[in-house]
Amino acid sequence: MAAEIRIVEEAKKPLGMNPKKFALWIFMVSVTMIFAAWTSAYLVRRADGNWAVFELPQLFWITSVIIVISSGTMHWAYLAAKRDNLEQTKLAISITTLLGVAFLIGQFMAWNELVRESVYFVGNPSGSFVYVISGVHGLHIVGGVVFLLIVLVAAFRYKVHSKKLSQIEMCATYWHFLDGLWLYLFVFLLLNR
Amino acid sequence: MATTDIHLHQDVHHHDDHEEHEHHEGNFWTTYIFSQDHKIIAKQFLITGIFWALLGGTLSVIFRLQLGFPDMNLDWLKPVLGGWITPEGKLDPEFYLALVTMHGTIMVFFVLTAGLSGTFSNFLIPLQIGARDMASGFMNMLSYWFFFISSVIMFVSLFLETGPAGGGWTVYPPLSALPQAIKGSGLGMTLWLVAMAFFIASSLLGSINYITTVINMRTKGMSFTRMPLTIWAFFFTAIIGVLSFPVLFAAALLLIFDRSFGTSFYLSDIYIGGEALAHDGGSPILFQHLFWFLGHPEVYIVLLPALGLSSEIIATNSRKPIFGYKAMIGSMLFIAILSFIVWAHHMFVTGMNPFLGSIFMLLTLIIAVPSAVKIFNYVTTLWKGNIHFTPGMLFSIGLVSFFLTGGITGIFLGNSAIDIQLHDTYFVVAHFHLVMGSASFFGMMAGVYHWFPKMFGRMMNPTLGYIHFWLTFVGVYMVFFPMHYIGIAGFPRRYYSWTNFETFNGFTDLNMLVSIAAILTLASQFIFLFNFFYSMFRGRLAPINPWDSTTLEWTTPRNPGHGNWVGEIPSVYRWPYDYSKPGAKEDYIPQHIPYSETPESNLPHENDLIKLESSNGSGAIVVEGDKH
Repeated sequence: MAAEIRIVEEAKKPLGMNPKKFALWIFMVSVTMIFAAWTSAYLVRRADGNWAVFELPQLFWITSVIIVISSGTMHWAYLAAKRDNLEQTKLAISITTLLGVAFLIGQFMAWNELVRESVYFVGNPSGSFVYVISGVHGLHIVGGVVFLLIVLVAAFRYKVHSKKLSQIEMCATYWHFLDGLWLYLFVFLLLNR
Repeated sequence: MATTDIHLHQDVHHHDDHEEHEHHEGNFWTTYIFSQDHKIIAKQFLITGIFWALLGGTLSVIFRLQLGFPDMNLDWLKPVLGGWITPEGKLDPEFYLALVTMHGTIMVFFVLTAGLSGTFSNFLIPLQIGARDMASGFMNMLSYWFFFISSVIMFVSLFLETGPAGGGWTVYPPLSALPQAIKGSGLGMTLWLVAMAFFIASSLLGSINYITTVINMRTKGMSFTRMPLTIWAFFFTAIIGVLSFPVLFAAALLLIFDRSFGTSFYLSDIYIGGEALAHDGGSPILFQHLFWFLGHPEVYIVLLPALGLSSEIIATNSRKPIFGYKAMIGSMLFIAILSFIVWAHHMFVTGMNPFLGSIFMLLTLIIAVPSAVKIFNYVTTLWKGNIHFTPGMLFSIGLVSFFLTGGITGIFLGNSAIDIQLHDTYFVVAHFHLVMGSASFFGMMAGVYHWFPKMFGRMMNPTLGYIHFWLTFVGVYMVFFPMHYIGIAGFPRRYYSWTNFETFNGFTDLNMLVSIAAILTLASQFIFLFNFFYSMFRGRLAPINPWDSTTLEWTTPRNPGHGNWVGEIPSVYRWPYDYSKPGAKEDYIPQHIPYSETPESNLPHENDLIKLESSNGSGAIVVEGDKH
């Protein structure tokens, strides 16, 4: 092979992104479908009548503010990591985790508020739906907090920095998603009493 | 010769299996049990699926005995069924309901969803798109083991004293929600729900992996329009699964709350023994909406992979490009979209608004359009082809036949007016067993026969394959064709016995024929089983590319190791259906052959795709057509 001639045809690398990030997006789609199912069921069932009306717990307003702030601190953590400001990253991610836990405690206390209003898990579906929707969202928040803790540990081991962002990026994506999901659910519940 | 040295991938064939085995170390447990290799996981799904298919088929034969021979003394089944045979030698009526329920559940979910999608999506996606493995091997392993846990729970429920779930595979409340309703709504139903929760988790893990892999892991040159139709089918199936299975989960979770925590999502105004239950304010119709929002797409989760497999097999064995490649993709996409907006055609008789019924009827009938496009394309692919009747090809043609005969009755059932007569009769049973059950089953069988050489490195015996095909094909029609008549006559599904009613006293001979045919069809599956397991160890060694196929999986070694290709992954230069291309030396050109190697068969626009340059980048040169 003296000539060393090569033929290069266009065999382009097809588009592709980080498979893990991509899988996370699909996972969020399937989570969205669960809540889409319940909110649709809620509307269908409400249209049938025999629907108990009650006040949503006031605490939901406070927890909503908490989770929006936590989304902000999550983004702060991400930006700090991007700028290699690792001390700030640690601080911001810790605050986010604490706010996540605070949100969970708040949701639980909101359930107590519902119980004081005599709205129980067992009873008219209008109340049961609120428990199921906020409860399963809370379970996803628990997952989110676990994810935050994993990133937190990684941050304290200096494994989160501008060259190694994908983990904190995925955590931020998921956390913002849960934040948006809660806002949607809360507004939905407010509008459809 | 100067032009050949770049095609490293062709040299793959020279490596033999010994070298390959050195690549993956690991003991028996990590290689065969907790494997993360997509090929092993696919085989695990296949074997588990075959186990379930056999069990599901056996259950159907037991209830067919009751339906075909209502006076038969079933005491001889006592060693197996024990207390479920009454002292008079009859099948226990509640156990009959459990049999019907478990047959449906097993076949729809465990065989035709996990066994079909799980096997072939796992096996073919990385091999056909040119990837070393799935996007996440760990998630893939998890997917199988969730399915395994689900299988174990479902299997255990068969042996409960109160029997497995008995409310039909659709588990409509209130029947399924109240343990006091029937025995099957007790612990059996609880286990059913738990098993399904694991199943949904398994299915979601699988689907997320399939979509991610197809989009992100394709080899160089594998653009979307160069993907085999199998991959397109698996891709759409996975998308449908990701969108619909969570809804089943949502429905099932509310049912669990109703059953075990006393909520009233689906229950209201129920009196048992004159006493009102505490449940108030629920709606059983709500469950049907949620269930069928999964339930209808589920039909296509079952069917699309089978259609994808048969597209590939029919094109390969007709030695012709698939007719209307883009129309095939388009019709699959259209079917996938429509599958989400037709669910209420299962609910025409629930008292829904007739106007709403008309809308769902219209949308349902539109499905006939993409389905007809697909059948047309299959037939035109076969038309004037140089057809090789391999067992896989016969099963694919069988699929087309069932898809047509079963699909036509769908047009009747989709009409909300005719559905009043036909709803919940044997006409429905005949319809979906042909169009979804048998068609998908044949697609799965076609896939097993066609890809067996790649799975196990050996050929299956074709003669036994032919016998298996003809017995099954004739058997399936003998089972389900008479059911149309029985259904039009008004025979309802799920009834334990008709002989008690004057109206339904006829057709006993026809029912007997159906039962005999069902027994023979099940029996002929043992020919396949023998062929499958015998060929796995003793079959003729398979050539590298036994069907002269163009897709990438046939460029791997005979027994590909973990990683699939030795050395570099081949690049892709053409679409997967270059069969019998005019001017070509052979009647197929694999996807990894560049256009520069086939100047004799290139079309003008394909010549333009060739770009030549020397390795040192000193400018392009033109090559004549004087190839070796």
